[in-house]
Amino acid sequence: MPRRYTFNGGVHPPHSKSRTERLPIEVFPAPKKVIIPLSQHIGAPAKPVVKRGDRVLVGQVLGEPGGFVSSPVHSSVSGSVLSIGPYAHPMGRQIVSIEIENDEKNETIAFTASIKAWRDAAPQELVQQIQAAGVVGMGGAGFPTHVKLSPPSNKPIDILIINGAECEPFLTADHLLMLERTGDFIEGVLILKKILNAKKCFIGIEENKPDAVKKITSLLNDARLREIRLCTLIAKYPQGGEKQLIRAITGREVPSGGLPMDIGCVVQNVGTTVAVFDAVNRGIPLYERVVTVTGPAVGSPKNLLVRIGTPINFLLEACSFNQKSVRKIIMGGPMMGLALSDVNVPVIKTTSGLLAVDTTTPALRTYPCINCGHCIRACPINLVPSRIAKYIEKENYQAAEEWNVMDCMECGSCAYICPAKINLVHWMKLGKYHVQASRAAAAARK
Amino acid sequence: MTNEQQPTKEPTNESPMAADGVKIETFQLTASPHLRQPESVSHIMMWVVIALLPSLAAGVVFFGPQALLLTVVSVLAAIVTEWAIVKFLKKSAAIGDFSAVVTGVLVAFNVSSTLPWWMAAIGSAFAIGVAKMTFGGLGANFINPALAGRAFLMAAYPSAMTRFSPTTFGSLSGIDGISSATPLAQFKAAMADGSFQALDFQDALSNLFLGNVGGCLGETSALALLAGGILLLYKRIIPLRIPLVYIGTVFLLSWIFNGTGAHFTSSAIIIPFYHILAGGLFLGAFFMATDMVTSPITPAGKIVFAAGCGVLTFLIRKFGGYPEGVSYSILLMNLFVPLIERSTRPKMYGKVKNRD
Repeated sequence: MPRRYTFNGGVHPPHSKSRTERLPIEVFPAPKKVIIPLSQHIGAPAKPVVKRGDRVLVGQVLGEPGGFVSSPVHSSVSGSVLSIGPYAHPMGRQIVSIEIENDEKNETIAFTASIKAWRDAAPQELVQQIQAAGVVGMGGAGFPTHVKLSPPSNKPIDILIINGAECEPFLTADHLLMLERTGDFIEGVLILKKILNAKKCFIGIEENKPDAVKKITSLLNDARLREIRLCTLIAKYPQGGEKQLIRAITGREVPSGGLPMDIGCVVQNVGTTVAVFDAVNRGIPLYERVVTVTGPAVGSPKNLLVRIGTPINFLLEACSFNQKSVRKIIMGGPMMGLALSDVNVPVIKTTSGLLAVDTTTPALRTYPCINCGHCIRACPINLVPSRIAKYIEKENYQAAEEWNVMDCMECGSCAYICPAKINLVHWMKLGKYHVQASRAAAAARK
Repeated sequence: MTNEQQPTKEPTNESPMAADGVKIETFQLTASPHLRQPESVSHIMMWVVIALLPSLAAGVVFFGPQALLLTVVSVLAAIVTEWAIVKFLKKSAAIGDFSAVVTGVLVAFNVSSTLPWWMAAIGSAFAIGVAKMTFGGLGANFINPALAGRAFLMAAYPSAMTRFSPTTFGSLSGIDGISSATPLAQFKAAMADGSFQALDFQDALSNLFLGNVGGCLGETSALALLAGGILLLYKRIIPLRIPLVYIGTVFLLSWIFNGTGAHFTSSAIIIPFYHILAGGLFLGAFFMATDMVTSPITPAGKIVFAAGCGVLTFLIRKFGGYPEGVSYSILLMNLFVPLIERSTRPKMYGKVKNRD
């Protein structure tokens, strides 16, 4: 029996993946209109380089990066720019976005792959190409990939980890991508490995995806791919959390407040890896992605290849969601996804899934905390969530900071397991907001 | 891309309202996670009640229907007291969470079957009214309510609380021919006057294990308590470390300081077994030291707490005026919980030095 990797803590929510895990990825037709937000990533928003009335092509740059930690955005359809202005964004705010009317011609810019094969190219050239293609972490956070691939020289990277855990219930986008584009995926891994000059490379996949494990294992039998190792992970949430995955596979721990590169690791998600392959080998920028559309209020769930900027109501309608029974719409998975107020928000680079649910949470009765300690056992960071939440409720943000509220990654394990049904993540978010505000105020005084 | 809007203080199920008061959307907006496991506080309390049933059955078998009557009265008193206080303070009703039932049962388990029913009712009312609701109700009390109720009764009605009757099978100390004292009192007396006979006490072990001895109505049957305890362990409602460390500490200390001057004679080996089976140790270790509200939340804190309970129980039994020490030792350790929690904070991910 091969070794099964895992981390401490975590919870076991039902996987709920069976409805979509065997459905091939369907290409979703480009909608009549797309809305491309200039901020789909962590860091500075992109700066628009087109104006109203311009005709744009598929893959054309609409916004240039607004700094090093930033990313360009590209058009996902051909057509004319209708407007540039604030538009509802999945994150809940209005973000400057570019609205494009699709002329249905699907004309693309000339995609130019790198002049030479990637094996002969310098790492810096490859990073530039990845940056130009607008590749960002597609697992949810949206950290610009070129930044992760440019560690400072005092932080050498020896381990590359590819995150195929997909531990969020319901989501199957990465799973299907690994099954359908296995070869491209593995080549993407090799490109990343070359860029980072990593000594070791691991692909972590939860054991509830045996078909993907089998397919990748058979591919890795090739003698030339010996330096890539597949690690089967115990199916447990949040196994795909960056820090948990690093702990599970390498035994190392990212220092509090630090980054994986501080301990010589870089983690990339499956979707990102495939996007890197597309960017380097085909010169295709990131203008479409796989989205799992599912949930109890969805009649025919699907894995869809969707143009970035597609308003989500198009997707929900295509999957015959039940408009009467739907109570909540979530972008992402049920554990960390964001509840949406508006079905007109567009799919962005980090949209891994779309859930329509027919129940409300937390509609359940809440109780006072009874000190049961389930949250401590569930916390993958080993915090004391119930205590931190009590401090925040009493507005004692200093004590919350002392008890490391800032290390909370909002995975939701504590709130999932809490028998008192306390909205622990809500309290954590509130506490982090206040701690951040007081830190900013302290910095401003100096 | 972070959400810079200030989160609202109170979580809400309401959709946001536009400035003119019109609902702008009908979708529910809450913080993640959008999935919750189904078990609630009520479920936990209900399982504790279920786990107490074997011991109640043992109480009825060994002490007759009086045991059932006392338990029912005590539970009713607990529920009525909580209900009245909740109504009086105009708080939202909390009876549905079964925690008052647990307290009521545990108060009854901690009294002699001969206690007048109204005394049990007073003890139960004190447990809920003073020890629990005064401090804010469920989750806010700092000492175990049932044990506070017992302590109150011990102070208010000492003779009624220590008058024990033999079981329906005629046994009081568990030792044939001695029907004047409970096992621990008998042991203490025998050690004091030098009449300790290893063989007598060895024969009593099986009576002790089954519960065929005098004592409080829910504490005598180690077997029934163990059955309930295993159920709670299996349901992951109580952590193994508390009963294990508590019972283990008492066992070790009563073996090391067994009073016979030797450690590997038959007496020296029987004494610790006798200590853990006699009295309320199993009841305390499985059902009262594990009370979530009044025991430390941290994993390491639970060990410190349980070991403290064990040491205090041993000290009271060995040197104190009472033959029994479980209830007071748990009450005392309850007071140390905030201190223990603060000093046993779990080591956070990312604070560990890396090996390579």
